[in-house]
Amino acid sequence: MQQFLDTTLGGLVLGAVYAAFALALCLIWRSTRIVNFAQAAMAMVTTYIALSLINVDVPYWVAFLAAIAAGFVLGAVIERVIIRPVEGKAELNAVILTLGLFMVLHGLTALVFGVQHRGFPAPVSTNAMTVGDTSIGITPFGILTIVVVAVVMAGLVVLFRFTDLGLRMRASAFNGEVSRLLGVRVGRMLTLGWALAAAVGAVAGMLIAGGDLVNPAFMDPFVIYGFIAAVLGGLDSPIGSVIGGLILGLSLSYVTGYVGEHLAPLVALGILMLVLLVRPSGLFAAAAARRV
Amino acid sequence: MFAVEDLSAAYGPVKALNGVSFTAERGQVTAVLGANGAGKTTLLRTVSGLVRSTKGSVKLDGKDITRTATEKLTSYGLSHVPEGRGVIAELTVVENLRLGGLHRATGSEPMSIERVFELFPRLGERREATAHMLSGGERQMLVIGRALMARPTVLLLDEPSLGLAPRVVAQIFDLLRGLVQTEELTVVLVEQNARSALSIADHGVVLNLGKVVASAPAAELAADEQLRHAYLGF
Repeated sequence: MQQFLDTTLGGLVLGAVYAAFALALCLIWRSTRIVNFAQAAMAMVTTYIALSLINVDVPYWVAFLAAIAAGFVLGAVIERVIIRPVEGKAELNAVILTLGLFMVLHGLTALVFGVQHRGFPAPVSTNAMTVGDTSIGITPFGILTIVVVAVVMAGLVVLFRFTDLGLRMRASAFNGEVSRLLGVRVGRMLTLGWALAAAVGAVAGMLIAGGDLVNPAFMDPFVIYGFIAAVLGGLDSPIGSVIGGLILGLSLSYVTGYVGEHLAPLVALGILMLVLLVRPSGLFAAAAARRV
Repeated sequence: MFAVEDLSAAYGPVKALNGVSFTAERGQVTAVLGANGAGKTTLLRTVSGLVRSTKGSVKLDGKDITRTATEKLTSYGLSHVPEGRGVIAELTVVENLRLGGLHRATGSEPMSIERVFELFPRLGERREATAHMLSGGERQMLVIGRALMARPTVLLLDEPSLGLAPRVVAQIFDLLRGLVQTEELTVVLVEQNARSALSIADHGVVLNLGKVVASAPAAELAADEQLRHAYLGF
């Protein structure tokens, strides 16, 4: 029972992180129909920016906000400079570009910051909490992680459901030409979509790095796991991404806890295959008829 | 008054519009007719800046709007309802309408969504439905209602009758006729269905191979048997 509780809590924390990362992928997919393989590298860069600030004694939360701001700017610049020129061409072009960007960011970070592992602080304890005499499998930082991801998701739901800006962004993503005819500045909305996604990715990077070691490759596993989580939820749906992230986190945690850590990647891919076989559009994809 | 003067456009080497001129008066329906490929849709897309004009001008109440960015046209009071209904299928009826009202004509009073539901009671019954759930007729009502949310003075409609049952076409054209009067609209109605279009139009412009071959009061065009046989197919 104790082990079950521990693995469940650990899985929730892990799932929250995957969810945040999947959310970032989902935001870009929704707005530009591009799977952004550079997402992990972008989050790695913003995390390094935060680390540099922390190393010169900037308070943790200020650095956290700086990482988000840096992500926002990085996302906007990448959309404008790298993605915009290939817009309207074959979608594969943009995907290959994001793969190239992944490698460039990786290389640049290694050049600037070096490839050695560095410790990354956490704002709260990363030791397991205790209830009475028994320690439970969750840390204060784990709880913080879940809370932050929940806040980010709630913020996005409010933005997309209830604000005019969110409506413009969704409309631009679904039908650019009609949106332009209705007066929406679609180009601006796409830039904003990338900026927002990179900001969410920056949050994920900070949560992954907290209390751990970072090097230029520390986000790489999330290229795969975040993608699986997003596909599980059906790429199009932010809520689906979060649920996909939680499912993946819990599954991997159970497998690691009960079977063995080395099986986790295999199980992740197994889940992906199963979902793609049974529901190719993802678990939560709206079955919207796009061609009418 | 909405005026198109000597407007030309091309897709690569192919001239799709070749010096088209006509005017559309306020409170009137001007039908633009012609066969498939005559340049009707290109005409509207060029007016909206979706296709670049190579020559000529578009004027709205004397103001030149030829090279205006597509996104700015609603603020000048020009709304273009594209072919194929143009609902945003993933958004609900209310969201589509809200979107239509976000960028309305400069200085105009906002139009309430409830007013659209008065004009199109069917939409009111389906307000929370996602647009892809709507029938063809309901979609056409939605895109017209959505365009009205921007408080246009000029409404460009591209083939609203496409794929609709004759009874539904009649219903939508009736509504349109009424709107022209109550909202004082200038309507440019592009139609393949010439017979129905001429029945509600004041004026008709016939295009063939990107050129105007006839421009006359609607009744006159409908009475010209030779023209009807040659270009209008009835």
